[in-house]
Amino acid sequence: MAEMKYAFWPGCVAKGAAPELYQSMNLVAKALGIELVELGDATCTGAGVIQEQNPEMADALNARTFALAQRLGLPLMNICSTCQGIESMVQDKLAKQPDYLDKINAILADEGLKYTPGLPVKNFLWVLVEDLGLDKLKSLVKRPLSGVRVGPFYGCYILRPSQILGKEEHPHRDHYLEMVIEAVGATVVDYEGAKKCCGFPILTINRENSLKQTGNHIHEAQDLGADALVSPCPLCHLNLDAQQPAAKQVTKHDIDLPILHLPQLVGLALGIDAKAMRLDHHVVSTKKLLDKVGVPVTA
Amino acid sequence: MKVKLKVKRSDSAAGKAGYSQYTIDAPESTTLLDALINVREYEDGTLSLRCSCRSAICGSCAMRVDGRARLACRAKVIAITDGDENHEITVEPMGNMPVIKDLVVDQELFWAKMRAVDPYLQPTGPEPVGEEYRVPNESMLDLTHTMACIMCGACVSDCTVLEVDKNFIAPAALAKAYRFVGDPRDGRGHERLQKLSEYGGIWDCTRCNMCVEVCPKGVAPMNRILQLREHAIEHGLTNNAGSRHTNIFTKSITDGGRLNEVWMVPGSVGMFNVPRMMAEVPGALKMLRVGKLPLSQMVPPGFPGSHKMSGMDRVRNVIRKSSSLRAPKPEVTE
Repeated sequence: MAEMKYAFWPGCVAKGAAPELYQSMNLVAKALGIELVELGDATCTGAGVIQEQNPEMADALNARTFALAQRLGLPLMNICSTCQGIESMVQDKLAKQPDYLDKINAILADEGLKYTPGLPVKNFLWVLVEDLGLDKLKSLVKRPLSGVRVGPFYGCYILRPSQILGKEEHPHRDHYLEMVIEAVGATVVDYEGAKKCCGFPILTINRENSLKQTGNHIHEAQDLGADALVSPCPLCHLNLDAQQPAAKQVTKHDIDLPILHLPQLVGLALGIDAKAMRLDHHVVSTKKLLDKVGVPVTA
Repeated sequence: MKVKLKVKRSDSAAGKAGYSQYTIDAPESTTLLDALINVREYEDGTLSLRCSCRSAICGSCAMRVDGRARLACRAKVIAITDGDENHEITVEPMGNMPVIKDLVVDQELFWAKMRAVDPYLQPTGPEPVGEEYRVPNESMLDLTHTMACIMCGACVSDCTVLEVDKNFIAPAALAKAYRFVGDPRDGRGHERLQKLSEYGGIWDCTRCNMCVEVCPKGVAPMNRILQLREHAIEHGLTNNAGSRHTNIFTKSITDGGRLNEVWMVPGSVGMFNVPRMMAEVPGALKMLRVGKLPLSQMVPPGFPGSHKMSGMDRVRNVIRKSSSLRAPKPEVTE
């Protein structure tokens, strides 16, 4: 197999409120033979928020990140559905507006950078299925998660709008999480909330609505027998995990469901130490899940 | 080809609901609407559905197909099933609206929201003398998306916020509001934006893109909502959590290149909003306990010692110069 090497944009949350994601991603990449060259100089994608006030600033900053990856001659990998959505959106916009891109490139030229459309930008989920391949993943599984029931939670921006997220070329991207859950030996919990919104973007704006969204999805999955949810998006993780106690209060649903980052789920199956992946650093305890998998975490 | 359908049925009087299954033979060119009409004509006369033009113009036949709202007349069966005759197509009424019978929903909620945004042009000032209002092409081109709306309700059906809060004005009416806020002839933009900045308005959208995905006409309502937000900020309507959220977010990136998550909450809800801040305390303590409160971000953006990524001077240069990329706004010619 060809060498797998990516320019790596970890995103703000993996470097902030979700250090367990950053740590587990690095461990899993190593175990999968993926080399990650972190873009220490890259900025936030704007998450669609800066775009509300200043779309041009967000376009220029994202083009700069793409150019940083191109300077290394590497495809770009992210570990955040929101980053993926914004990056794909900006790529689509810049590919369609060459004059606008020229103006952005004139700014980037100050630091010797240039973005040329065509850079592959992929979330770790897409890298797993399309570049590594599920057969390869299966061959590396040391601890099949048999008997564990896992609900997928995608995060809006890795799914929609599908026409800018490579639907033509990769029509099954909206099914990859289920495929990965099965590849690591776990059972998929099929529930409606999997592709809906976690509510995180409005947490500070309409807290009640936000927590109702997150609480309802958790409740639905738990009701269908889920042992955990898994997400490729740390923003979803923040609402589903860190806000779960608050969501429990607001919705009055009796919820207690561990939420895993995608690399943590894969890492468990690869036999990586749970503590090294900081599975003991979640707001909702992962203990019951780990007991089921047969991995005790010593606190 | 063989077409398998699983159609949600209702018997609202008896409070019963379930699914009916049908298998019919149809040509490969058949649309889902053709198939349903075929069922109603030849298999089961009790099936109710709403349709009219059969050409994706009238917007009558929106329904949920395999879980997502779309126009039945525009959905080719062979495309839905990917040619797999064993694929049973699940057909359900639109969501977020009460069902009258089977696939027919009561759209009053949709129309009430539409009426609430005063969906008509309200020019102010004197009328142009001797000729019509003249507007630049660009401003009308900007509105073509919103004018393509056929009011089918697909976006309202699948709106993820409306699911938890019926007060949300929802995508269709907000896209319609942009139709007039973005029209240089309209004189009530500020008042419209003021009303839309309140609870239930533009800032309650989670930006989940569901409406963009299901709209059959390319209205992309969420993108119109983002335009409304941009206009609202330009109009100085910034005393609300949504606008403050955008502001603190942008400030955080301009200051440090990456998001300062700690200051997003006080920056959005307002530092002195004591009840709202208190609501966050238990959650923040839980995060602190498990090491999820990034201590490097304790200094607010813009203050000495705030967290900054490497190479900020180069980032600031890009941010400063990006302001030159903004296209000037078209104006009405007098």
